[in-house]
Amino acid sequence: MLQESRQLLNGNEAVALAALHAGVCLGTGYPGTPSTEILENFSLLGGKAQWAPNEKVAYEVGLGVAFGGGRALVTMKHVGVNVAADPLFTSAYTGVRGGFVFISADDPGMASSQNEQDNRRYARAAGVLMLEPADAQEAYEYTMRAYEISEAWRLPVMIRMTTRVCHSKSVVRPSGVAIKPPEPAHFVRDFASLVMVPAFARPAHRRLREKLARAEEWNEQSGLNRKIMKSEDLGIITSGVSFHHVCEAAPEASILKLGMTYPLPMQTIKKFIASVKRCVVIEEGDPYLVEAIRYEGGAVEGKPDMYRFGELNVSRVRRILNGDTSPEPVPPRGKPPQLCQGCPHRMTFAVMKKYDCIVSGDIGCYTLSVLPPFETMDSCVCMGASVTVGLGLRHALPPEEAKRVVSVIGDSTFVHSGLTGIAEMVYNPPPTGHVVVILDNGTTAMTGMQEHPGTGRTLDHQPTNKLSFERVLEAMGVPNVTVTDSPPAFEDALKAALERNELSMIIMRRTCRLAEPKIQLYEKAAAKCEQQNNSQNG
Amino acid sequence: MSNRKITNIVIAGLGGQGVIRAANILAEAAFLAGYDVKQSEIHGMSQRGGSVSSDVRFGTQVHSPMVPIGEADYLMVLHPTQVDNNLYMLREGGTLISTRMILEEGKDLESLDADNTPLTSRNFNVGLLGVLAQHIQFPEDAWIAAIRKHLPEKVHEQNIQAFMYGKNLTLACA
Repeated sequence: MLQESRQLLNGNEAVALAALHAGVCLGTGYPGTPSTEILENFSLLGGKAQWAPNEKVAYEVGLGVAFGGGRALVTMKHVGVNVAADPLFTSAYTGVRGGFVFISADDPGMASSQNEQDNRRYARAAGVLMLEPADAQEAYEYTMRAYEISEAWRLPVMIRMTTRVCHSKSVVRPSGVAIKPPEPAHFVRDFASLVMVPAFARPAHRRLREKLARAEEWNEQSGLNRKIMKSEDLGIITSGVSFHHVCEAAPEASILKLGMTYPLPMQTIKKFIASVKRCVVIEEGDPYLVEAIRYEGGAVEGKPDMYRFGELNVSRVRRILNGDTSPEPVPPRGKPPQLCQGCPHRMTFAVMKKYDCIVSGDIGCYTLSVLPPFETMDSCVCMGASVTVGLGLRHALPPEEAKRVVSVIGDSTFVHSGLTGIAEMVYNPPPTGHVVVILDNGTTAMTGMQEHPGTGRTLDHQPTNKLSFERVLEAMGVPNVTVTDSPPAFEDALKAALERNELSMIIMRRTCRLAEPKIQLYEKAAAKCEQQNNSQNG
Repeated sequence: MSNRKITNIVIAGLGGQGVIRAANILAEAAFLAGYDVKQSEIHGMSQRGGSVSSDVRFGTQVHSPMVPIGEADYLMVLHPTQVDNNLYMLREGGTLISTRMILEEGKDLESLDADNTPLTSRNFNVGLLGVLAQHIQFPEDAWIAAIRKHLPEKVHEQNIQAFMYGKNLTLACA
């Protein structure tokens, strides 16, 4: 029943297949490179998958599933975990009944991100179990194991992936054995575990630390950490995709490949260190393993600081092992990405440039407006920060400068984290007012055209309730709201808003050119479906 | 390449040109031919018309998903402007496969739509895979099955024709 025995999958597809084989009740997340395809594939395979407005919401919905005894899969990119950090930390206290697995898809080297934070630190800080697959086969196996482990320890499990695991294809042999949740979802009242008032949270924290101590001991024999003994002269401790770079760069070295990297199997690690003359830790990103091992007294070499930046590869691993800190060759620069030719929002930036706006920007395609020819974005920090950083600038700058500040945010980003900023704006308006522009292109374009609550379609493009931005803004008390799809009308509205000293919002609604043909197909299908329903009912 | 255990190929071009698609087809063909294979790519920002590349490695056992710098046996480039910035990936004596092989001097990719070859500005990536197939000995049905798997049905035939055209192209500079 479990499909062909040998498949070529990328890490994201492998996680989706494992989620299906593990009987996951609900997959939820927010799109973000390199995590996006997990839920899309889970849906294509027949799993129930949905986009949430943001990662915090997704995490909490997933937690509810697990509280009810169902298996939940929650996916996000590394910076999404920042958004979900609030429920993450306390979910380690509450624990879970159904298996709860969340994917943190990190982006070392920042192929498509605003930072290269190493989320392994989150597992340690929050006290949740962490698995690090090295390739698609392990992405499949570890996801399956993660549900068993989560239910056995009653703890959330974080699967930490990276771009080269998510987006690399390799041969996968599925186990051929589906694992079923032990019992169907049902509610069990348990105040002391699930209601985190201080009286219950204090013992819950002690319970967590005690669980983690036992989990560390268990991890010594978990079978998730592999020892490959070869040379006694050189031993390498590694995890994730770095394992494969190591195999190629140092084929004679002994290797301890860690699969479960929180809590770490310290006895196994110490024994390995003692069994070789020289022991080097090869890890991408932060010195997470090195610090933890040295804290426990393990004598290991780390990597020179220059290799903390960017991805590792075979050449860099060779250099680390040779202690080579000479400047690395810089590959020739390619052509940078840009706003699509024909993007209907290009003119929006041309107009803002004309009025010399100070643009507080946000995360999306439109961040590319910082590049020539526009150079019309003055800050970009994180999802939703356009609105709020813009407000701060308005509060601090002298009036003649403050009046030029405009916040620019995309439609999906607005739903993700813009709404609370609007509440702040209405509640604490700057003396010069403020101007917020929503670039509504009807899709989450940058990550590959995913749906969101403002499109009125679900993850698999079926019609659902649609969030109306203009009605929300009106209800929140924004006094001036203009909706337009015409460039001259946009310019008029912006000019008026900049002169007004009031709160103004302009929704510039023009569909993404790349998404347009697809959206037309979805709309046609929906209209046809409605017609059929009507004729049946009539 | 008789004693080399792994064959390394880098496919490069601009976002929207079908770089990833070509790499998917190549990796699938290697997979169907029975090899261990890894394919790696970077997307996201790169979708917006910027430089894109994808690595494909196959052999008896492949470890790293990334082709080490200067170790590509084949570099296949889909846009004339993207050759120079990717040459550093090619090993000494490696083979460059570029649009120069299918375009007349001074003509651009759009000219393919008007000429009388089966190649067009949309399927020439598969045409260049045909040129690559002159060097890589996968069974022909593995290639054809890979093309069918990674393209919509209505363009199967024209892409298979483009592939065969590339495979049978006599290369003056080969």
